[in-house]
Amino acid sequence: MATLVGVAMARELGCIMTGIIMSGRTGASFAAEIGSMKASQEIDALRTLGLSPMDFLVLPRLIAMVLMMPLLTIYGNVVGMIGGAVLAPGFGISFQQYYDQLVSSVHMTNYFAGVVKSFFFGAIVAGAGCLMGMQSGNSASAVGQATTSAVVAAITAIIALDAVFAFMFTALGI
Amino acid sequence: MAYGQNVVMRDLTFDIHRGDIFIIMGGSGSGKSTLMRHLLGLEDPARGEIFYGSIDFTHSDLDGRNALLRRIGVMYQGGALFTSMTLGQNVALPLEEYTHLSSDQIRRNVAYKLGLVGLSGFEEYYPSEISGGMNKRAAIARAMALDPQFLFLDEPSAGLDPLTAARLDELLLELKQQLDSTLVIVTHELASIFAIGTDSVFLDTETKTIGAVGPPKYLRDHCPNPEIRAFLNPSEPQSQTI
Repeated sequence: MATLVGVAMARELGCIMTGIIMSGRTGASFAAEIGSMKASQEIDALRTLGLSPMDFLVLPRLIAMVLMMPLLTIYGNVVGMIGGAVLAPGFGISFQQYYDQLVSSVHMTNYFAGVVKSFFFGAIVAGAGCLMGMQSGNSASAVGQATTSAVVAAITAIIALDAVFAFMFTALGI
Repeated sequence: MAYGQNVVMRDLTFDIHRGDIFIIMGGSGSGKSTLMRHLLGLEDPARGEIFYGSIDFTHSDLDGRNALLRRIGVMYQGGALFTSMTLGQNVALPLEEYTHLSSDQIRRNVAYKLGLVGLSGFEEYYPSEISGGMNKRAAIARAMALDPQFLFLDEPSAGLDPLTAARLDELLLELKQQLDSTLVIVTHELASIFAIGTDSVFLDTETKTIGAVGPPKYLRDHCPNPEIRAFLNPSEPQSQTI
């Protein structure tokens, strides 16, 4: 059980679940905020001040998500594994047995795979949110649609990219 | 000016002279704000050029455009203040980006500019915490941050009561004198047009081109186009053919 929980969390579920949650929480927020700025001409104001909306709005968000997603993924992994430890006695596995099995069977390559994917998932969440916000129309309903589109696009892209990584890691023997 | 195949306006040729308060006017949907967007480089003309003096703004590279934009201040219709920043931060932004002033100098400059528009003491307020009229005045303060040569204002009096609108007109006249700027104002508020406009262009929705060019009061009294005279004299009885 510890092997299943450990490998699944470290390699796949930690980064995917973090990406999906962040797309709903932060990606939607990016799209709504930037879409609202577009509707109220704040983007136009940036441009006429000679400031690039890409440099001023998109880049900081992209950097923040790429840097934070791995940390959040590691946090998610730890919480998931602790959850497994809490449930383990129900399956007749002591905490010590769970811990020993976890440490011995979950190799660093699994953590590495998950963390590497999380960098890309962070970029997807930020990119989808900012792109949909910048492409939003000027009405309230358009901003709402942009927010929804950002979440759907990010989740779809995360799952698709995860499949690509699965093929790639299998081919590389990771 | 066109959006794809949809031509908004054509054959727009006019001059804005230094020191003018130039009014861009016309009926609803005539393309006033679209014209202003073109003058600011937010849209590119389908054909033709826009010159600032001898500088071809339309065909300038990014650095050239940005250098020219630093000489331009813009007040958008709703103010377009950055809602995540205080009024002080909004006004300080251009100064922080384009000057080498110290933070103390910037702070004093911001206080001065907000004082000019009657918003002394409001530096720490957010745009959501003040009224619409105060938002517009703060937006004018931000537009003036770099002491621009050209000040563009999109419907500055829209949504304001007549008294506040009149005070805004007085403020614009004072600012024009203090900054020695050229003002370009998009509006259809007749009171403002006649109070402060020194020259104007009338955009005709029907013909999709210029209806008339000249001082607003002259057009009101002497324009050969009866529809433009009717637009500028709404209180006069109009002849009707039955």
